[in-house]
Amino acid sequence: MEFLSRACAGGAGIDYFLQQLVNGVTLGAIYGLIAIGYTMVYGIIGMINFAHGDIYMIGAFISLVGFLLMSALGITSVPIAIAGVLLFAMIFTAVYGWTVERVAYRPLRGAPRLAPLISAIGVSIVLQNYVQLAQGARVKPLQPMVQGGFTFSPGGEFHVTISILQIMIVLLTLSLMAGFTYLIQKTPLGRAQRATEQDRTMAALLGVDVDRTISATFVIGASLAAVAGLMVTLYYGVIDFYLGFVAGIKAFTAAVLGGIGSLPGAMLGGLLIGLIEAFWSGYCSIAYKDVAVFGVLVLVLIFRPTGLLGRPEVEKV
Amino acid sequence: MTQPVLDVSNLSMRFGGLAAIDNLSFTARGDHITAIIGPNGAGKTTVFNCLTGFYRPTGGSVRVTHDNGKQFQLERMAGFEIARKARVLRTFQNIRLFAGMTALENLLVAQHTELMRASWYSVAGLLGLKPYEKATRTAMERARYWLDRVGLTAQANNPAGSLSYGLQRKLEIARAMCANPVFLCLDEPAAGLNPREDQELVEILLELKREHNIAIILIEHDMGVVMHISDHIVVLDHGACIADGTPAEIRANEKVIKAYLGQDDSEEDG
Repeated sequence: MEFLSRACAGGAGIDYFLQQLVNGVTLGAIYGLIAIGYTMVYGIIGMINFAHGDIYMIGAFISLVGFLLMSALGITSVPIAIAGVLLFAMIFTAVYGWTVERVAYRPLRGAPRLAPLISAIGVSIVLQNYVQLAQGARVKPLQPMVQGGFTFSPGGEFHVTISILQIMIVLLTLSLMAGFTYLIQKTPLGRAQRATEQDRTMAALLGVDVDRTISATFVIGASLAAVAGLMVTLYYGVIDFYLGFVAGIKAFTAAVLGGIGSLPGAMLGGLLIGLIEAFWSGYCSIAYKDVAVFGVLVLVLIFRPTGLLGRPEVEKV
Repeated sequence: MTQPVLDVSNLSMRFGGLAAIDNLSFTARGDHITAIIGPNGAGKTTVFNCLTGFYRPTGGSVRVTHDNGKQFQLERMAGFEIARKARVLRTFQNIRLFAGMTALENLLVAQHTELMRASWYSVAGLLGLKPYEKATRTAMERARYWLDRVGLTAQANNPAGSLSYGLQRKLEIARAMCANPVFLCLDEPAAGLNPREDQELVEILLELKREHNIAIILIEHDMGVVMHISDHIVVLDHGACIADGTPAEIRANEKVIKAYLGQDDSEEDG
């Protein structure tokens, strides 16, 4: 982070630009993964799941627990540990996602739109406090596990570093998004999700178990958020119980920017938010990076409320 | 061999003080096309809504007996179970296709249950395992068959919402057929169709009954269609059954003429 503030004072060439690009893409990958959870849930039941950011935080904590477990088991190979923790975190976070839907949202299925929204905020508070009580309020550190990277210096004095971790984050995100797109487009579950999204009653009348389909949406969203949580744990090395709040709102902004309800939109929105944040931090002011991101949210809501790839909401008959 | 039977007894549906259906009883045989007719507001669509779990009736029972003797009390089942287990499927008066999905995908959604089972909740689907591939092939074949049957093969990959009105009506029937129904409830399938499309629809319905052993219950205002294809007609007025019989009997029934047919021309209340 310190080079960011350094650059604000000094000049900036192409290499500096490239470095911000690399950082922005990495950040964008993480936001994109979280944003998918927002956009999917919005698409299928028309509610903003404000607890999703906290599910991501839960994912980060479960990853940390996973790493401790791995070292307790004596697994020293880093790739195996990460793969194991990935699976562990996805499964357990998915259970959280499923439970939240089952306990806090499904009973409100027929209620006015505001009710599940408030319930979501309640869940968010519950999850934060639960982790704070269980894990303490202090930040939890994790030793850097993946080190090394590639350094280029295209412009001379300033070096562009792409760490192995950044490459891993981007590749993992890309492959998850590809798999996820395939799931939505080609598998029966994905078709059922799209059908439920368009006309829940009709889907049920054709034999689709709508409740289970909605649960599956939460499970998928939570497991993607778990991956984001794992990556952020590795990337920054510190996590705390409040981690999900700002990241969640930023991912929500990404989903709105891309067009809420649209999956490619969430991925694109995540990438853009990551880039905006990195470039704003790099060229303007790191202290105001959140202002920049939420300023984008305001602009999008004023000038293009449907987002970049979103369609205007069609009133259902 | 016994045929499947739909047995509606003492069905009531009240919305507050209004009785949309009042103590209605009728049966529909599996080898018949049964038409439900009646003036607007007689409660025809409400009957369908009760049959398919769209509404929960306030009284009475709706029982489906399959030809293997299995019985289902529809009024106690969740919406998706009615389609999945009792295999009663319906279409809507206002078309309810998944407009953003292709015609083919619409037909695949209707086969969700089998595909989902074969895909082990998507796991096998993602891994591309054998049983799933086989189920997919069967589902595709069935979808192709029905697309072909209703003349939609060329538009298989077009979004359902972009099809012409007549084709959307046919696609809705094809979609219901893909869900492998025992009873098929059609709510005004001929509404808005031109005479040629009407004729095609009649042919499709007769073929469903003849070749696929599907019992059809339909609501229809087009008396030409009703009299031509029905084996059995139930006439509703103000939520109660006022006549029940063959087309010839209904045509001769005084009450029906008074309540419905006779007034059609003099009073423009349809």
